[in-house]
Amino acid sequence: MLQDLAAAGSHPLADTAARYVGLLPLLPLAGFLVNGALSLMPAYKAGPADPSTAGHGHEASAHAGDARAGDAHAVTHGDEHGAVGDDHHVVARHKYAGVASVVGPLVLALSFGLAVMIWLAMAGAGEMTTPYVQTFFDWMVTGDLKISWAFQLDQLSMIMVLVITGVGTLIHIFSIGYMRDDPGYPRFFAYLNLFVAFMLVLVLGASYLVLFVGWEGVGLCSYLLIGFWFSEKANADAGKKAFIVNRIGDFGFLIAMFLLFANLGTLDFTSVAAAAPTLGYNSALVTTICLFFFLGCAGKSAQLPLYVWLPDAMAGPTPVSALIHAATMVTAGVYLIARSGVLFAMSPTACITVAVVGTLTALFAATIGLKQWDIKKVLAYSTISQLGYMFMGVGTGAYAAGMFHLITHAFFKALLFLGSGSVIYAMHAAYHHTGSHEDAQDMRNMGGLRKYMPVTFVLMWIATLAIAGVPPFSGFFSKDGILSAVFARAQHGALSEATWLGMPGSAVLYALYGLGLVTAFLTAIYMTRMMLYTFHGPNRTGEAEQAHLHEAPWSMTGPLVVLGVLSAVGGWLNLPVAIPLGPIGVLEKWLEPVVGAATVAVGGAVGEEVTNTEYGLIGAAVAIAILGIVVAVVKLRPAALVPKRDATPSHGFEQVLEDKYYVDEVYDDTIIKPLVSGSRNILWTGIDRGIIDSLFVNGSAVLARGVGWVGSQLQSGETGAYAWAIAIGALAVLGAFTFR
Amino acid sequence: MQDFLVQINYNAWILPALLLIPLAGALVLLVTGSLSSDDGTLEGAPSARMVALLVFVLEFVVSMGLWWSYDPAGSRWQATYDHWWIIPWNARLSLGIDGISLMMVLLTTVIMPLAVLGSWTSIRSKVRSYYALLMVLTTGMLGVFVSRDMLLFYVMWEIMLVPMYFIIGIWGGERRIYASLKFFVYTMAGSLLMLVGILYLWNASSVGGSPATFDYDQLLTIAHTHKAALWLFGAFFLAFAVKVPMFPFHTWLPDAHVEAPTAGSVILAAIMLKMGTYGFLRFAMPLFPSAAMTPWVRTTILTLAVIGIIYGALVAMVQPDFKKLVAYSSVSHLGFVMLGIFALTLQSVQGALMVMISHGISTGALFLLIGMIYERRHTRLIEAYGGIARVVPLFSTLLVIVSLSSIGLPSTNGFVGEFLVLIGSFRTHPFFAFFATTGVIFAAAYLLWAIQRILFNALDKPENEHITDLNARELTMMGVLVAAIFWIGIYPQPILRRMEPSAALFVRTVTTGQANVRTAARGDR
Repeated sequence: MLQDLAAAGSHPLADTAARYVGLLPLLPLAGFLVNGALSLMPAYKAGPADPSTAGHGHEASAHAGDARAGDAHAVTHGDEHGAVGDDHHVVARHKYAGVASVVGPLVLALSFGLAVMIWLAMAGAGEMTTPYVQTFFDWMVTGDLKISWAFQLDQLSMIMVLVITGVGTLIHIFSIGYMRDDPGYPRFFAYLNLFVAFMLVLVLGASYLVLFVGWEGVGLCSYLLIGFWFSEKANADAGKKAFIVNRIGDFGFLIAMFLLFANLGTLDFTSVAAAAPTLGYNSALVTTICLFFFLGCAGKSAQLPLYVWLPDAMAGPTPVSALIHAATMVTAGVYLIARSGVLFAMSPTACITVAVVGTLTALFAATIGLKQWDIKKVLAYSTISQLGYMFMGVGTGAYAAGMFHLITHAFFKALLFLGSGSVIYAMHAAYHHTGSHEDAQDMRNMGGLRKYMPVTFVLMWIATLAIAGVPPFSGFFSKDGILSAVFARAQHGALSEATWLGMPGSAVLYALYGLGLVTAFLTAIYMTRMMLYTFHGPNRTGEAEQAHLHEAPWSMTGPLVVLGVLSAVGGWLNLPVAIPLGPIGVLEKWLEPVVGAATVAVGGAVGEEVTNTEYGLIGAAVAIAILGIVVAVVKLRPAALVPKRDATPSHGFEQVLEDKYYVDEVYDDTIIKPLVSGSRNILWTGIDRGIIDSLFVNGSAVLARGVGWVGSQLQSGETGAYAWAIAIGALAVLGAFTFR
Repeated sequence: MQDFLVQINYNAWILPALLLIPLAGALVLLVTGSLSSDDGTLEGAPSARMVALLVFVLEFVVSMGLWWSYDPAGSRWQATYDHWWIIPWNARLSLGIDGISLMMVLLTTVIMPLAVLGSWTSIRSKVRSYYALLMVLTTGMLGVFVSRDMLLFYVMWEIMLVPMYFIIGIWGGERRIYASLKFFVYTMAGSLLMLVGILYLWNASSVGGSPATFDYDQLLTIAHTHKAALWLFGAFFLAFAVKVPMFPFHTWLPDAHVEAPTAGSVILAAIMLKMGTYGFLRFAMPLFPSAAMTPWVRTTILTLAVIGIIYGALVAMVQPDFKKLVAYSSVSHLGFVMLGIFALTLQSVQGALMVMISHGISTGALFLLIGMIYERRHTRLIEAYGGIARVVPLFSTLLVIVSLSSIGLPSTNGFVGEFLVLIGSFRTHPFFAFFATTGVIFAAAYLLWAIQRILFNALDKPENEHITDLNARELTMMGVLVAAIFWIGIYPQPILRRMEPSAALFVRTVTTGQANVRTAARGDR
């Protein structure tokens, strides 16, 4: 505590804008409160004082005398009936939509402005080796457990704050247009604001527990936003699934915290970092802690085997998919590992496990992405796959590379999602005009959209080239950073010398590198496929609908343009030594004070000179990306595609991919159904009602009644029977005394 | 505030006053009208319920002084009161609170006005008797929490049963007779052995010519043989385990909860379930530390606690009746309390106390909400609803918030208690804590599934389309509880601070077996 104060007092950020770090999440929180109130206000119509005697709403409002409130009520709810289905729009703006569209994005913009000011202060402060910690007040202090509400700013959290508030602002602005006619408009902005508030708590928390507040908080918002159109059971199901699967991960997070506290007596990042060596290098304990943290990451960042919630999460409005399920929340696991670099650096076993799981997830999800027809599902599996790359990076101790890919991915994947949103918006409007009920998200119903939406078309190609890893777009640099780091770790450093499940670490990492390249190839194919089917070839939307297909308004394409620029040039953030097109490794140097030591501990010191191997690696990455695109262009025939309603089912392995390897079905049959039916039939009707209640509780009552009945039979009132009983009793007593 | 309280000599009269105010209120209701008027309308109710509300608000306001008058540094009795009672047996009306009692008393006085508001329009017959019974019940409950005399404690313990028996049996649902009888016999059977135990202690306290006593502090100093301690612990255990309720002594709870009227369920869950865990904290463990510390006893109880957590959650998941679901969720939550108490670390015990408070607030709120929707639709079956979030947004918002607090989302009250229990238990019993932690997954599963089926999905039942949303009275009640949910979730420190010395004393007393509280109390802090 005193240390914190002393550190804060002398800290270079002490008298800068960093003082107001608390406002970063408080601004969006205020937005949440305002928008939340707006969303409930038209609904508020005091119920009758005696709810059981008053008739039903009908009559009550008929003689309520407050016709206006009654009308507003009816309009809102009447229209929400229409607001079902995927990204469906009805034409009825919310009464307070105007206020919400100012408040929602404004608080984000203010938060972003503050973040930029803090960043300038941090950049101007020169060398900053310790985090700036601000403690607000005690949360849980009891005995030797001391947990406070405290935020910490360092280079790592700064990067995250900029991404969250920056990309968040763009997505909020996009949502003004996208959600325009949704009857739940203020509610949408309320949830989105709340999400950003929790996300900022997540990255600013100065201890694992404050981070956990954000961690679970963003999960809550994800739940609320996936199920935003809750009248459709599938959407509500998807929200619930996301929350529960995430809770499985959170279980791991909690156990890891308990282990940390039981062994180190603290959960603060700085104290954990200081005390971590006592856990013992590569000890079973530190590996266990890391793996339980990673279980949390697997839940939040949708890695094997807990990725199943993310594809379903596409049930939420598309801006949500862009912000939460691509750019920010799902990367929290990557952030957590970078944040816990000190711990992971002590356990090569855990590091390799993270990298292996990340790589397998990347490959696995990419194969599924090859055969999806829903444009958002392609992007969802692509996100899972790209998150796998990030874990490949942070797993091999290439924290800067992992974070770099996190940033560029935030740009290009947000762009892809918003672009797909713009496509869906156009498709929807077209189908809405003609009253058709075709699937607006199925690529088989699209095709040739480049004619109708040129801006979206160009921007999405930029993002596609970026994610495919074509230079000079951002994804090329960040993916190459990860792959070459994996290759370098296979050659030398702690991981290459470690053994993992009996295998030499070096061999494992070479294999991961190979699989990473294969994934890159698949990435190029499925992304090109998506672009070909959506924008190229003939249009399959329908004769009548074509007239209504058009580009989204500027409030929506504007944010896309910004993201397009960032996706294109984002690579300059962290240029490799081999490609000196500007300052080298800016991001790596920026993050050095936070993750530098852990990076060296895992990967060993990296030389500054460029080797031929490095050029070879870069060449291979570029070649494979271009090969993927060429293969897709040559092999795929958008012209031969038929609309969804005419499509024939695929067969063989294609069908397996289309059905996502049946993982959901397997989970359902092996875990969920047995658990529910076991709880119902064994625990409840069997044990609770059968054994405990019937046998013991009511059984003892029956027994008591039975004993009473026997007793009552003895009291027959017949003197003869009594005489017999006395005689036999007396004989028995006498006998007992005699033969004792 | 403190000065004012000293000036009015608050500490000297507050505890007897808290016991007498509800009794006086009941008396007022008795003398001002007929208790048996029963025409199924609210005729005569306005005055009775208003009297009840005033009495409980007065009780609450008066009790709030304890928050400031209680010295957080103290670990033992404050605001003590002592008066002769049954002279031949040396039983006295001796009252007092420590940090644990303090929070239980305040929980009671906060919940009771809400229970009255929750009955406001739903109780339509024998209204006078109903509110009179609520008041007598309150005296009984508060008496349990403030007694320093074990006979007085026992009397209060049994007194509470009677009003609750009638509340369930008269104003309950269809199977109210079965439920009330089960409730009464179940808990009564449990407590009779405790009476034997108390009498044994009374007898044992008379050594060397000193008169026998029921005084708790003196009984605490008696040394028992290990065998005697085990038997005595067993007698107390049964009484408290039924009340908690611990698996497998819990089956009275779902029936009682489901059949009780709203206020009955609220009081049962929020306050009366805490009697059992309070009994362990105050009596069973400090009086017989050697029994409580016996490894097989501890292991057995910890095992039952963890089974309760998981079993309660799984059984809750498959309940078709929302009230029953919440009842089984109580079994799960109280499992956390028992785990925390028997893990015997400062954090786990503090956590257990926090869960006791939080469960009172969250589950009380859940039962109130169920009561509100029941009044409108006359069914508690989950499948009778669906999609009503669109019809009753205020109700839905509140149900979501309260459910999240029950799930234990960080920054709500539910998290603080569960987290402290788990992190504390993990230090001494990682194996049990590990399995208990899976409870966080199951809690999310059963509550989210239930609220989805009630609030979300398609609005496909026409009778749900015109449910009216909450009125001002209902919003006020929920406002109080929601404020408590976030206050405790974000800034529980004032509560933790007040309980800590008493919790620490408890841990020390049980783990060291050193029962001389007077010196321990001095040495504390």
